[in-house]
Amino acid sequence: MPARRLKTSLNKTTRTFVNLLPIVLGMLLLTSLAVTLFPESLSAGLFGHSDILDSLIGASIGSIAAGHPLTSYVLGGELLRSGVSLIAVTALVVSWVSVGIVQLPAEMLMLGPRFAIYRNVICFFSAITISFLCVYTLRVIG
Amino acid sequence: MVRSKKKTGLGGWLFLALVLAAYGVTAAIDAEALHFFAKVMGSVVPALVIVFFLLLAADLLLQPKWIRRNLGREAGVRAWLLAAVGGVFASGPVYAWYALVGELREKGMRASIATVFLYSRAVKLPLLPLMIHYFGTAYTLVLCLYLLGFSIVNGLLMVKLENREII
Repeated sequence: MPARRLKTSLNKTTRTFVNLLPIVLGMLLLTSLAVTLFPESLSAGLFGHSDILDSLIGASIGSIAAGHPLTSYVLGGELLRSGVSLIAVTALVVSWVSVGIVQLPAEMLMLGPRFAIYRNVICFFSAITISFLCVYTLRVIG
Repeated sequence: MVRSKKKTGLGGWLFLALVLAAYGVTAAIDAEALHFFAKVMGSVVPALVIVFFLLLAADLLLQPKWIRRNLGREAGVRAWLLAAVGGVFASGPVYAWYALVGELREKGMRASIATVFLYSRAVKLPLLPLMIHYFGTAYTLVLCLYLLGFSIVNGLLMVKLENREII
């Protein structure tokens, strides 16, 4: 009986996994295309307005950009060095790892459109809120 | 509770076909993008293997009754903590985890708990030393605490949406 249960589970898992594979492959290809199309030098010129606008722009770039979180740290570090505010960089780094416009089709397919859209909208505004809270907290604690 | 029916199978292959078509349109930069794809694929494969075994383990061990008790409406604070800690330790790209979260959702996991899990993944334990290197210890610590706090806040917002039967 346990062998039959294992076989059933293995079949079910394989089916789920086969359904997952084109989404993961598509996601990776789309991410690679987005990273190639979006050079780092393009982003630095977008900032330097007000904190709110910079935060919005940072969160928007982070939401659209995809790839390894490490890339966001490197990009964030470079932007900071080129004079972009910590609020903007924080919004970018947080939205990079929490919002996924590029991943949205995959998330909608696997978890349902409503869940995916609401979750991403909430995460976008969270990134902006966190960027302000984080920077103001750091100012308070010195 | 109104839940949107998730679509898999053909939808995934259609998505892949559309992405491949986009590659056809942007043929000029394909080589660079494909090179990047090959590099990233290498780091994603181990995560996919882990996800496969977690999916198998979830199907074998986690029965709907257990899910409802520990990650459903009756679970309470335990479910939130379980999801937040699980998210922090879940490595690899987020889309690799969609299948597992979808599977758990079908068995009774709440949308709010799924949100907590997906959001707390923003805390990247293996990358903390690099974050400290780029932004400093105080910044990293404060940001991680806010990320964990907001995983709960976002979960609570999802509860509101669940209660209004929006999701």
